[in-house]
Amino acid sequence: MTSLFSYAPALESRSIVDLRPSYGLFVDGEFTEGTGTPLTTLNPATEEVLSEVATASDADVDRAVRAARRAFVKTWGPMRPADRGKYLFRIARLLQERAREFAVLETLDNGKPIRESRDVDVPLAAAHFFYHAGWADKLEHAGLGPAPRPLGVAGQVIPWNFPLMMLAWKVAPALATGNTVVLKPAETTPLTALLFAEVCQQADLPPGVVNIVTGAGDTGRAVISHPDVDKVAFTGSTEVGRSIARTVAGTHKRLTLELGGKAANIVFDDAPVDQAVEGIVRGIFFNQGHVCCAGSRLLVQESVHDEVVAALQRRIGTLRVGDPLDKNTDLGAINSAPQLDRIRELVAAGDAEGAHRWQPEGDLPTRGYWFKPTVFTDVSPAHRIARDEVFGPVLSVLTFRTPDEAVAKANNSTYGLSAGVWSEKGSRILSITSKLRAGVVWANTFNEFDPTSPFGGYKQSGYGREGGRQGLAAYLQGDHQ
Amino acid sequence: MTHVLDPNALAGGEPAVGGPAGTPPDPFADVTRSDAAFRTFLHGLPGVDAVGAQQRTAVLGTRSIKTTAKAWAIDTAISMVDLTTLEGSDTPGKVRSLAAKARRPDPEDPTCPAVAAVCVYGDLAGVAKEALAGTGIKVAAVATAFPSGRASRAVKLADVRDAVAGGADEIDMVIDRGAFLAGRYLDVFEEIVAVKEACGPAHLKVILETGELVTLDNARRASWLAMLAGGDFIKTSTGKISPAATLPVCLVMLEAVRDFRAATGRQVGVKPAGGIKTTKDAVKHLVLVNETVGSDWLSPDWFRLGASSLLNDLLLQRQKLRTGHYSGPDHVSVD
Repeated sequence: MTSLFSYAPALESRSIVDLRPSYGLFVDGEFTEGTGTPLTTLNPATEEVLSEVATASDADVDRAVRAARRAFVKTWGPMRPADRGKYLFRIARLLQERAREFAVLETLDNGKPIRESRDVDVPLAAAHFFYHAGWADKLEHAGLGPAPRPLGVAGQVIPWNFPLMMLAWKVAPALATGNTVVLKPAETTPLTALLFAEVCQQADLPPGVVNIVTGAGDTGRAVISHPDVDKVAFTGSTEVGRSIARTVAGTHKRLTLELGGKAANIVFDDAPVDQAVEGIVRGIFFNQGHVCCAGSRLLVQESVHDEVVAALQRRIGTLRVGDPLDKNTDLGAINSAPQLDRIRELVAAGDAEGAHRWQPEGDLPTRGYWFKPTVFTDVSPAHRIARDEVFGPVLSVLTFRTPDEAVAKANNSTYGLSAGVWSEKGSRILSITSKLRAGVVWANTFNEFDPTSPFGGYKQSGYGREGGRQGLAAYLQGDHQ
Repeated sequence: MTHVLDPNALAGGEPAVGGPAGTPPDPFADVTRSDAAFRTFLHGLPGVDAVGAQQRTAVLGTRSIKTTAKAWAIDTAISMVDLTTLEGSDTPGKVRSLAAKARRPDPEDPTCPAVAAVCVYGDLAGVAKEALAGTGIKVAAVATAFPSGRASRAVKLADVRDAVAGGADEIDMVIDRGAFLAGRYLDVFEEIVAVKEACGPAHLKVILETGELVTLDNARRASWLAMLAGGDFIKTSTGKISPAATLPVCLVMLEAVRDFRAATGRQVGVKPAGGIKTTKDAVKHLVLVNETVGSDWLSPDWFRLGASSLLNDLLLQRQKLRTGHYSGPDHVSVD
């Protein structure tokens, strides 16, 4: 049956983006060649090659760190804090002015729906700069002592799931606190970081304050292991995070890690069901599930399990899948072939271990990397799909009978990044949220972000916080150290 | 172009026949056996998180409806309009003029569909009936001491019988919000049952006046109450109270009719009324219907838009799609 009301294509024009055939590194305020073997970046929705991007070798990274050090010593470090704030406000405004350009480029490079890059990623990136711009001249009121000092050069490595937003989470607090930055974007999504470099030029940011070195794992390793880097900030997989922690151990470097998650989204029998279903969908299918804090484990009270799962399946059937540039798309492309393989492997493990897989009817585009929204029921806490991070649109449904069991199962994870609770009973929400061992806990909502709210994990989800007053501490030396 | 993963996801079964008058359909036949039982039932409905409901409608409000989809939506919206005049100053002449507009909304374009109904006060139902004879356009009359509903039950029922005798095909009644807010749910229920009986063959739309019920929890409870009592449609507002129709309220009511059909097999229509002034508002409501309850509700039999000025904006947008340029208020008729 076709719907009576089929939406005509509503494509966001890509003409606003001026894609260059190749991009260099951004070092010391200028775009320069890289000396490594260049990489290509694809549109994951079509497998079309978007551009060739330079790879920074160890020597290039060294050049970038030296530029950052110079800027720290000569311009950015000594600058009046209020003036640093002005630059950050200017960057924030430029991000807003060029929001559509950033959104289209993000969608092309990442595969996420334009609705999300337009309404979430880019506005939040700008919000992070605005928020931190305000802090720049008020750091003595941050509760970190009377005169907190910057650390120096920050080496930052970010993931591919929210390329611009993760850049903002890293760069804005580092700059507001007086540090300079060498940032490595993910190899599959370098383009918005390079467009951000243009914004830095447009804002007349002094050379060397922000340096962007593109490349793969080797470039990232060069950044974090460079001896003149004072602070390492990484967002990405727990596996890579562990190796970074090993590299940094025993050095003077300060480290914050924001790693994987396997969040429990707990639905009690007195939950507002329709909104809980929306929250479950938002929790696991937002950004194709490429979200470290995704609500990938649905813990639903046994008495409402069938009702919630039926409503969820009905709702998933209405999701619109396809061209990420279509303004009506809800679910876009998987970011890369290796990630698609990883999702397939874990879903196969779910099948093999005896969980019951459900996927909606319907076809996926034939070109590009795609995966259907997937719901596993009859999942046991021992199954891999209940323990390992899938980082894709795959939900595992588990049940509980009592509040204590809900808490025990929710905390039964090597991760502890986020969690959600759905109940109409306020006292229950307060009691459960205080027992959950997760850095971010949402009540009757999910995947809600704000620069004023610190974000970070327990256990193998990492340490340190980003955002809020607490996030500033990661980039400052003061009484708290 | 994106496609919906499973176009059948929202489809339901065939409508079933209800029980005897005054008895809610199975499996809810016994929930009205006492005040206490009814209260327990209504308060046991899942709550509505207002922030979540607003978020959902905000996201659906970003749907981009263009070209062919927009043309379809505009024509569908026109065919769903209950063209309304509910003023103390209404006259037979005004009603006849509205009826003429209802039959042929765009005098310059015969392909423009007619509206669903003309909605008037009960004493003018006869005038409307005569003016619309042979067109298939329904006559809807507000009754039961509209808009406040503050009158004795005998007066309300007389009001209904009078409108039906005047030729009304549809009766838009108001619930007793005072009784509802005081927790006397069974009184409200019994009154709807009595009005439904007085309607005879006329369809009954039950106005909840959600602007006075205030919370979305109340909107959901009142929706269920009205459906259990036999209402053919549930309607948001009289248009005399602000806020009138809002997207979150409409969402909650659509969820209610969806869940009610799933449980009982009986399909109930929804009519947001008041405050829907622009084509954009109307399209947002159609998107909400499309993605909450699906195609089964996308017809004037199951979804109406109570409005007056909306029609002219729909006509202007329709002309714009056909000619490529905006005309102006002089290209549509003054009501």
